[in-house]
Amino acid sequence: MIEIDHITKTYGDINAVDAVSMVIETGTITVVVGTSGSGKTTLLRMINRLVEPTSGEVRINGEPTHAVAPYLLRRRIGYAIQGHGLFPHQTVARNIASVPRLLDWPTDKINARVDELLSLFGMDPAEFRDRYPQELSGGQQQRVGVARALASRPDLLLMDEPFGALDPIIRARAQDDLKEIQRKLGSTIVLVTHDMDEAIRLGDRVGVMDGGKLVQYAPPEDIVERPASGFVANMVGDAERPMRLLSLIPVGDLTEDGAAEGAMLPDTASLRDALSACLWTGRDAVPVERDGAQIGRVTLAAIRHRVGQHA
Amino acid sequence: MGLTVSPPGVLFAVLGAASLLLPFLTLRANRIVAGEGAAPWEVAGPTVTIAALTAIAAGLACGLLPSRPWLRFAGSLLSLAGLIFLLSRGAANLLGDAGDLARVSPAAGFWCLLSVVMLLMADAIGGLQPGPRLRLGLLTLVLGALALLLWSGALNDLSPMQEYRTRAAAFRTATWRHVALALGSLGVAAAIGFPLGILAFRKARVRAVTLPVLSFLQTIPSLAMFGIMIPILGWVGATVPGAQAVGIAGIGFAPAFVALLLYSLLPVVANTVAGLGSVPAASVEAARGMGMTGPQRFWTVELPLALPVILAGLRIVLVQNIGLAVIAGLIGGGGYGTFVFQGLNQTATDLILLGALPTVLMALVAAILMDIVVEVAQPTLNRKNT
Ligand SMILES: Nc1ncnc2c1ncn2[C@@H]1O[C@H](COP(=O)(O)OP(=O)(O)OP(=O)(O)O)[C@@H](O)[C@H]1O
Ligand SMILES: [Mg+2]
Repeated sequence: MIEIDHITKTYGDINAVDAVSMVIETGTITVVVGTSGSGKTTLLRMINRLVEPTSGEVRINGEPTHAVAPYLLRRRIGYAIQGHGLFPHQTVARNIASVPRLLDWPTDKINARVDELLSLFGMDPAEFRDRYPQELSGGQQQRVGVARALASRPDLLLMDEPFGALDPIIRARAQDDLKEIQRKLGSTIVLVTHDMDEAIRLGDRVGVMDGGKLVQYAPPEDIVERPASGFVANMVGDAERPMRLLSLIPVGDLTEDGAAEGAMLPDTASLRDALSACLWTGRDAVPVERDGAQIGRVTLAAIRHRVGQHA
Repeated sequence: MGLTVSPPGVLFAVLGAASLLLPFLTLRANRIVAGEGAAPWEVAGPTVTIAALTAIAAGLACGLLPSRPWLRFAGSLLSLAGLIFLLSRGAANLLGDAGDLARVSPAAGFWCLLSVVMLLMADAIGGLQPGPRLRLGLLTLVLGALALLLWSGALNDLSPMQEYRTRAAAFRTATWRHVALALGSLGVAAAIGFPLGILAFRKARVRAVTLPVLSFLQTIPSLAMFGIMIPILGWVGATVPGAQAVGIAGIGFAPAFVALLLYSLLPVVANTVAGLGSVPAASVEAARGMGMTGPQRFWTVELPLALPVILAGLRIVLVQNIGLAVIAGLIGGGGYGTFVFQGLNQTATDLILLGALPTVLMALVAAILMDIVVEVAQPTLNRKNT
């Protein structure tokens, strides 16, 4: 558990981060979202003490971070810096191996880990291991940056706009991969982005920042359905709000008994998928299946009812 | 490409042809009187002349071919061989009919042709885009050939070689002294300059003082600098106990060494600061973020990334010092400058050449070697070439 306790960072007259408090549960993904200059990076960097807070403190599993030497603290925390920050004079493999080497892992264990990570991010180890960062595309560089942060399997991972340079398709895949890695390893991730879609898609909880303040910190459904302020509502966007909400609710939640025509959807699909299917094929209901067997249906009326509670 | 001739090749051919009209060798009654020039076709017998001139012309003609760098390189070697053949045979021939005290020296025509051929060689090598290894190989080859040529005695009839023979021992001492001055001052400048540069990079206040002071030192004309050293070190030698014993005095090695050292500091410090400044901030932040300690960050990230720029600074210093060390001859510091200034006093041009030519050669070799080192220090570059 990470407790951020009334943390403030002042640069001259401005509070880049202004008395932010949040509790991050172990094994969850927390996404901090906000406009440019809202203090996201500063907040993130105060967790591993790359920035020293002006006041307040951070505790990891009850231990205040200022009680540990910064370099020892940072070796336990993965950090994917905004804009990758790869070492241009080192190969991809050596970049990824940075932290394991600091931790004195044996060479064969390091090599195996490098290849494992490259494969995980869809980059053929044989092809990419010995390249230099300049010989990669922007998206590949960013993936190597994330791989480097993951290399020593840290319990806590801080990521600053890790998917900014990726195209929408690769980006969606990288997000799914990250979620899967996180579920598998049970790591705690704090991720910074200015993309509300990404926040809603990835976050177990989402923190919205504005002018250094944390204006709302809640599960994504709450952010969409009950924005704490006009700013949050604006970030979510009026036009996209219904779709964002539907994308968070599984079909299983609204499944009722009854028959329906046409192709079936799994009960883990989102209501957004169900709505799309209805609209695209002109149906009023879609059959829902689990393990190949139909368990009921979800109707257009039910979806409308679920969304339309906000009049 | 549609080009059928190499434009620089045309230039070299025209310049080479024009140079043939200049006197190739000078014959003088003794080592200090003015002499008489002899044109390339006058210096030797018809067979030698025809063979040599054909080789020179054919080599320059090869230089006309674009996109055949190896052939152009071979052409430059052929021209060079013809040039040296004519020089060697011409000198022997001219001396044959002259008196015992007569001297033969290369004249304007030879030097122009030599420059043209060297330019062609450099242009051809540039076209080869050689990797560090090939360049090192070519350098060794050329130096080996030069050593062989000097050792064979083919040039012994030339006046600078005669000057050499009467002072072979002094030449050897001067060589070591020159190297000691240039490399030694570089070494000490690096030992002082690196830490100072690192400090100046980290602390704006140190930078604000250091760089202007060193820039000012750099603007002092070299003769004045060597002059200033004489009273200062003379005073130190006379007053500080033990200073005289380790060789510190107003004239000699010490003031020359210190003057060179002062000139060396600015490039070392400035390039260390610039090199460290060119390290991407994101890389340093990433290193910090992954838990590297200060020294780890310095040795594994900052220094390797700054190294090419720092080495470029050392290259400047080394080449500059080899040239400047000549002035040490003026204040008894030794080195090749001794011959240059003796030669100036005696109006013996060939003695001046005995000092100047090895200086130029040493500076060239140093520049090429340092270029290779700088290139090897850039990890992504050298990979493409090996
Ligand atoms: N070292 C610094 N010195 C002075 N001001 C700073 C410093 N670092 C950040 N700031 C200021 O603090 C505020 C927050 O910066 P921060 O980098 O945390 O924003 P961000 O939310 O990460 O923005 P972005 O999305 O553009 O990365 C900005 O107004 C910025 O100018
Ligand atoms: Mg940021």
